[in-house]
Amino acid sequence: MDAIIQAFELVFTWPVMTTILGAALFGLLVGAVPGLTATMATALLVPLTFFMDPIPAVGAMVTCAAMAIFAGDIPGALLRIPGTPASAAYTHEAYAMTRKGEAETALGACVLFSAIGGLFGTAVLIFAAPTLAEFALNFSSQEYFWMAMLGLTCSAFIGSPSPIKGLVSLLIGLLVATVGLNNAAGVPRFTFGSTDLMAGIDFIPAMIGLFAVSEVFRTVAAGAPAWDNVQVKVGNIFRNWGGMVVTYWRQQLRGNVTGTAIGILPGAGADVAAYVSYAVSRRFSKTPEKYGTGHLEGVVEATSSNNASLSSAWVPALVFGIPGDTITAIVIGVLYVKGLNPGPTLFIFNPQLIYAVFLIFLLANLLMIPLGWLVIKLARGLLRTPRSILMPIILIFCIVGAFASNNAVYGIIIMLVFGILGFFMEENEIPIAPCILGIVIGPILEHNFITTMIKSDGSFITFVDRPIAAVLAVGLFLIWASVLYRAFQSRGAAAS
Amino acid sequence: MTGRTILILSAALAASVWSIPHAAAQYPDRPLTLIVPWGAGGGTDATARIIGSGLERELGQSISVVNRTGGSGVVGHSAIAEADPDGYTIGIATVEIGMMHWQGLTELTHQDYTPLALMNEDAAGVQVLANSEYETLESLLEAIDSSPAGTFRASGTGQGGIWHLAIAGLLNDRGIDPTKVPWVPSEGAAPGLQDLMAGGVSIVPCSLVEARGLIEAGRVKSLGLMGPERAELFPDVPTVSEAVGSDWQIGAWRGIVGPEGLPDDVAERLIVALEAVYNSDDYKNFMAAQGYGVRWARGEEFGTFMEQADASLGQTMEAVGLAR
Repeated sequence: MDAIIQAFELVFTWPVMTTILGAALFGLLVGAVPGLTATMATALLVPLTFFMDPIPAVGAMVTCAAMAIFAGDIPGALLRIPGTPASAAYTHEAYAMTRKGEAETALGACVLFSAIGGLFGTAVLIFAAPTLAEFALNFSSQEYFWMAMLGLTCSAFIGSPSPIKGLVSLLIGLLVATVGLNNAAGVPRFTFGSTDLMAGIDFIPAMIGLFAVSEVFRTVAAGAPAWDNVQVKVGNIFRNWGGMVVTYWRQQLRGNVTGTAIGILPGAGADVAAYVSYAVSRRFSKTPEKYGTGHLEGVVEATSSNNASLSSAWVPALVFGIPGDTITAIVIGVLYVKGLNPGPTLFIFNPQLIYAVFLIFLLANLLMIPLGWLVIKLARGLLRTPRSILMPIILIFCIVGAFASNNAVYGIIIMLVFGILGFFMEENEIPIAPCILGIVIGPILEHNFITTMIKSDGSFITFVDRPIAAVLAVGLFLIWASVLYRAFQSRGAAAS
Repeated sequence: MTGRTILILSAALAASVWSIPHAAAQYPDRPLTLIVPWGAGGGTDATARIIGSGLERELGQSISVVNRTGGSGVVGHSAIAEADPDGYTIGIATVEIGMMHWQGLTELTHQDYTPLALMNEDAAGVQVLANSEYETLESLLEAIDSSPAGTFRASGTGQGGIWHLAIAGLLNDRGIDPTKVPWVPSEGAAPGLQDLMAGGVSIVPCSLVEARGLIEAGRVKSLGLMGPERAELFPDVPTVSEAVGSDWQIGAWRGIVGPEGLPDDVAERLIVALEAVYNSDDYKNFMAAQGYGVRWARGEEFGTFMEQADASLGQTMEAVGLAR
């Protein structure tokens, strides 16, 4: 109990509170600018933390990351440019809502369920960190291989109205993912002697191209028509919050659990969590046909998931110093500098510090509501701008974002190429999300397949001879079986 | 009129007389860019950012730290080498500059840079699970020697990466066939250690600082360090020379370089500033707290260091069959 009181004393001081507030605003800004990720926001804070005490230093980074992941939803919903990769899974859906004139519902849900998701992940972190970290450490390349397969299956077969078109999109993504030097054998593939291509296709400019630039092209091709349903203003984002929580408590809880589980595993982060949750939501929905047309259900589940995964990524980080994602990787470095060495001993020797960190997690997620409201209020002016003015501005933001992802003009070229690709994909009703997921998960899948084969000297049995791997494999085959069964059933129904 | 003002005025006068474009103000008169060939979150990024904030103080100009990642470091290292040699773009070079060209990935070598200052080096360690039956490096090496190939597997970086060379070089040095310990490529030390915990591999020859969390948590132990002396971080870990009498040493180093052909006065100004950063409490404390080793070499000395590292890495890669 003493430790908890001490933790309150550590956190509720003016320097700590102002630092958190400043970091929150900074995180919102960076997250809302497409191309700048939550990871980048956290990295930019590192030199500042040198001059801070441990608690404000960690608090600043935690708050900044949480805000950035939420803020990525804002340009996603309003302009169809995901602010961070973690928002890409449901950008299409949220933007469709805006076009139907429901921007305030979409953004209100993003704020609310991001905050709840973050709180859920934090609760898991507080109560179960050591046990869960122990479990997550049992994951070797076999288990990650099956996890990656599950992710791909979700996106291709479940997350898309037409499995064939979903598969086409996924294969485009997987092909793109093979470019470069970042494969297990370290052999350059499809690089044509170019140094830039050795780095592969960076998926942030690719994502900006597929989503945003393709939208710009489409608007230009259609002669910049007025908005379908004019969204004159974003109304009260708090409207109907109670109703949403009651209607979507299942989606929220499932998103929280999925996100938390994925976050705990080192090597999968908020972006993967959002994809899997969106797909799961569609699979279990009573109205899957509404997905993609501006339906709130999937947005709720995915946005609940990405923020939950952000908090739970701290489980292996705090207990073993193994980063759960790139953000925690940065913070672990800062923890060492501040003498808060990650490890089981942190929970034993300095419990007041760890409680203080937990308190900041809670505060950051609560702060998201008022600050999120403020940013949305500021951002909604965008919707009153005519498209002929807005689209060039979006293009400028896209170029800045694509350049900033690796500080190179190469990023802009990738963005343009993928903008054209995205345009033609959408003209042919091929969904974009599976392609992005292919670029994200393809390397994980390949890497874990190759390393498993190296470890087993080429024997396939090793993929199922570990208990967790076997369970995952069975789960995957059950999903495949159910997809095939339903496909045959619907064909039979159509024939009769 | 103070002496300083006179100096500035006469410098300005001199500049206008000879009309040398860049000498009008003293270098540096605008912000610098510091290129990092590795991603945010890694040790090189952290080191570059602390050096960057120190340089800002020393040079009185802001430094923007820019990550140019990908291609196992090739992209960022190329960007540094291709920058204008005006002193406004510098970068942090890492040990890979002495390895990539041997693998045929790039033409770049240390000769494409103006060496400024070596700032850090971390020797490779030999890490196994804490409950492993091997208590000493000697018993581990004996077991490797007497077991069939593939009994022990190691991980911790990509194929042909620095830690791969570390273990292969150690085995080679002890007269054991390096292919007896197959390498399992991973995207860095953290996933390698994760796989060690999950039972996927049995050895992770990464630096001590990377394994620090798990060593302190009592889950992993280090049997030996491939450096000239014991590390401050874990003084109980013997060097390989103490443990098995091997002279084999290898480590990951980081240093600040500029593109080839940096003007001497600019290079000197940067070296002086870097030396001040290196000797500052901020730098020393930061590196000590994270557990990184520090090592200093200036200008030419750093150039010689890179040349020797290059030759020795090349020999090892040749010996273990990684060179192309």
